[in-house]
Amino acid sequence: MNLHEFQSKDLFRTAGIPVPPGDVATTVEGALASAGGFGYPVVVKAQVLIGGRGKAGGVKVVRTPEELSREAGRILGMNLRGLKVSRVLITPSAEIAREYYAGMVLDRRNELPVLMVSPEGGIDIEEVARERPEKLLKIPVDLRGLPHYRARAAARFLDKDPAIQKKIASILRLLAGVYRERDASLAEINPLVVTKGGEVLALDAKVVIDDSALDRHPDLAAMRDLSAEDPDEIEARERGLSYVKLDGSIGCVVNGAGLAMATMDLIQFHGGKPANFLDIGGSSNPESDPAHRNEREGSARASLEARDDRLERHGRSGPRGHRARGGGGMSAAGAEKPA
Amino acid sequence: MSVLIGRATRVLVQGITGRDGAFHTRGMLDYGTKVVAGVTPGKGGEKVHSVPVFDSVEEAVARTGANCSVIYVPAALAQDAIYEAVDSGIPLVVCISEGIPVRDMVEVAAYMRGRHGRLVGPNCPGLISPGQSKVGIMPGSIVKPGKVGVVSRSGTLTYEVVWQLTRAGLGQSTCIGIGGDPIVGTRFADMLALYEQDPGTEAIVLIGEIGGSDEEDAALLIKRSITKPVVAFVAGQTAPPGKRMGHAGAIVSGGSGTAQEKMARFQGAGIPVAKTPSEIPGLILAALRPKRKSGLKLLRGRRTKAPKGKSKTPQRASKLPRRRAR
Repeated sequence: MNLHEFQSKDLFRTAGIPVPPGDVATTVEGALASAGGFGYPVVVKAQVLIGGRGKAGGVKVVRTPEELSREAGRILGMNLRGLKVSRVLITPSAEIAREYYAGMVLDRRNELPVLMVSPEGGIDIEEVARERPEKLLKIPVDLRGLPHYRARAAARFLDKDPAIQKKIASILRLLAGVYRERDASLAEINPLVVTKGGEVLALDAKVVIDDSALDRHPDLAAMRDLSAEDPDEIEARERGLSYVKLDGSIGCVVNGAGLAMATMDLIQFHGGKPANFLDIGGSSNPESDPAHRNEREGSARASLEARDDRLERHGRSGPRGHRARGGGGMSAAGAEKPA
Repeated sequence: MSVLIGRATRVLVQGITGRDGAFHTRGMLDYGTKVVAGVTPGKGGEKVHSVPVFDSVEEAVARTGANCSVIYVPAALAQDAIYEAVDSGIPLVVCISEGIPVRDMVEVAAYMRGRHGRLVGPNCPGLISPGQSKVGIMPGSIVKPGKVGVVSRSGTLTYEVVWQLTRAGLGQSTCIGIGGDPIVGTRFADMLALYEQDPGTEAIVLIGEIGGSDEEDAALLIKRSITKPVVAFVAGQTAPPGKRMGHAGAIVSGGSGTAQEKMARFQGAGIPVAKTPSEIPGLILAALRPKRKSGLKLLRGRRTKAPKGKSKTPQRASKLPRRRAR
C-alpha cells in the first residue's frame, strides 16, 4: 500500500526524523490559511500516488498569496497521469545547500533489507543505479538493524562535514527503524537536504507498506486513500481478489496469478489486448468451499460486467474458466481447444 | 527417481484441522502420500481422515517418524509454524500459506541460514513426484511419471504446463512450485542443482515470472554448471510496471524484473525460451534430441513401461524418426 507524502512524513516525524512542517489543504482558502501561518515562500505539492510529481507540474514554489491562489487553484483538481488531485501539502520553502538520497528497500537476492544512499539527491535513484553505480552505496541491514558504525559510514559517503554526518547517521538509523517497525517495503527520503542553516531534513518522503502486514498495523491500514485508487481495484481487493485494470478489451478471469499473467501474454501474442489482470485465487484457497468460490466468481463477474459493453460480451462467459476457454477456442496454453 | 520427495517421504500436516489442511490431507492420502501425522495445538488426540493429530511437531515426529512437514496455517501464524518444524529437525518444510509479511520471511531466511532443513515456499503449491508422493495442493490427475523436472514460481500455470507435458507423453520426475513471494526458502538455483544430481531427471522446465532476479541467477547457473537441457518460460510479458500481479513477488520495479529482461538472459545463456506454454513440450523434445540416449528413454516412456536399459539398444534408435513424423 502506497502512502501519500504527508502520511509518510507523519510516520517519519513520529519516529523522530526531522521533517519540515506542513499542512494538508483541500481548498485554496485552506492553502492560504496554512501559508499565512508559515510565511512565504511556501511550496504547494500535489498529494497523489505517483512519482515525478514535480515534472508533471504538481509541485510549485510560490512567493505571494496571489501566486498561491493561482497555483493551488490550478493544482487542486488537476489530473496527474490519470489521478485527480484533491489535496495539496503546503510546506515552507527550505533553503537548500546540498541534497542527498536515502532509501530502505528489500534486497530479494540477499533476503535482507538494504539501505541505499547517494550524494545525488532529488533525482530518480534507479537512473543513478544504472548509470553511475559508484554514486550509490548499499548497506545490508540484518536483524541487528543498522549499527552506528554502518550509519556513520553511509553518512561519510554523503557529506564531508562531521557535524552534518552525525545528523545524517542518526536519521539513517531512524529510517531503518521505521522500515522495520512499520513493515514497509520501501521507506525513502528523496531528497534528504542540508539547509543553509546546517539543518538536515527529509524534504520529501515516500513509504510503501507491505500489504501482507496491514493486519498488524490497523493505524496504517486506516490511511488507505480510496479516492486515489481505481474503484474496480478497490472492490476487487475488498472481495479478496487480485485485480489490475488494463486498457485492452478482453476481460480475463483466471484462477492463479501466474496463469493470469500467462493468459494476458497469450491474448497479446494472438493480437488482442487484455482489459484486466484478475486472479480469483488458486493456491491454498480451495475447491473445498464451493459457496465461497461461487461468491468470488460472482463478484469477478459483477466487476467485469460493470465495465463497458464491449467487455461485458467477453466477461460474461469468463467466470467458468474452462468452458470459456473451450468455447473461445483459446486455451491458456495457446490457440488450441482443451482435450 | 525424484528429488526432495519420494516413496520414503512421511508427511506431517501443520494446521490439519483447518479447512485447507483437512481438504488437502484428503487429497494427499488419495494420491498415496504417506501422511503420518497432523499438528494443531490444543487438538492432540483427534483424528482427521484417520490421521492422528498431535499438539506439537516435536511430539508428532517422535511418535510417527515424519520427515516432511506441510504447512496450511493462516499467514499470521506461519512464521511460528516454520520455526517449530525446523526446530523439530524436519529436513523438508513445505509452506503453502499465502500472505506472510515479508519481514517475517526475512527473519525466517536469516534463521535458516547455516541450519539443516530446507524450506519450500511460502505461497506455493508444493511438490509432486508422480506415482510416488505429493506434498501440497497440486492435482495428481495431471501428472505422469517420467524424466522431466518442472520448477515454477507459479501454481496453476504450472498445472497447465505439466498437463501439456503429460499430453505430449513427457512424464515428470518431480514438479515443484517454489512460491510467488519475494522471499522463498528454495529458489530456482537450488532446484536446478538438485535436478542436475538426480539420475531420474533428464530435462528441466523452468517457469519464471516478473519480479526479482531469480531467473537471471538461474540463467547464469545453467550456463556454468547445468549439463541437462533446460527450457524456460517467463510469465508477465504484458504486465504494467509498478503493479503487483497477484503474487507478492510479481512486480516490475524501476524497470528491472521485466519478463523481457529475463527471457533475454536465458537466451543469452543458450537456453531455449518458450513464447507460450504450449511450445514447452516441443522445445523439451528438441533439446533432448541431440542426446540420443536420454531422448529415447524419454520418448519410450510414452508408450510402454519396458525395463530399464533396453532403450540404449540401437534397434530402438530407429524408432525415433518414426515417432517424430507422426
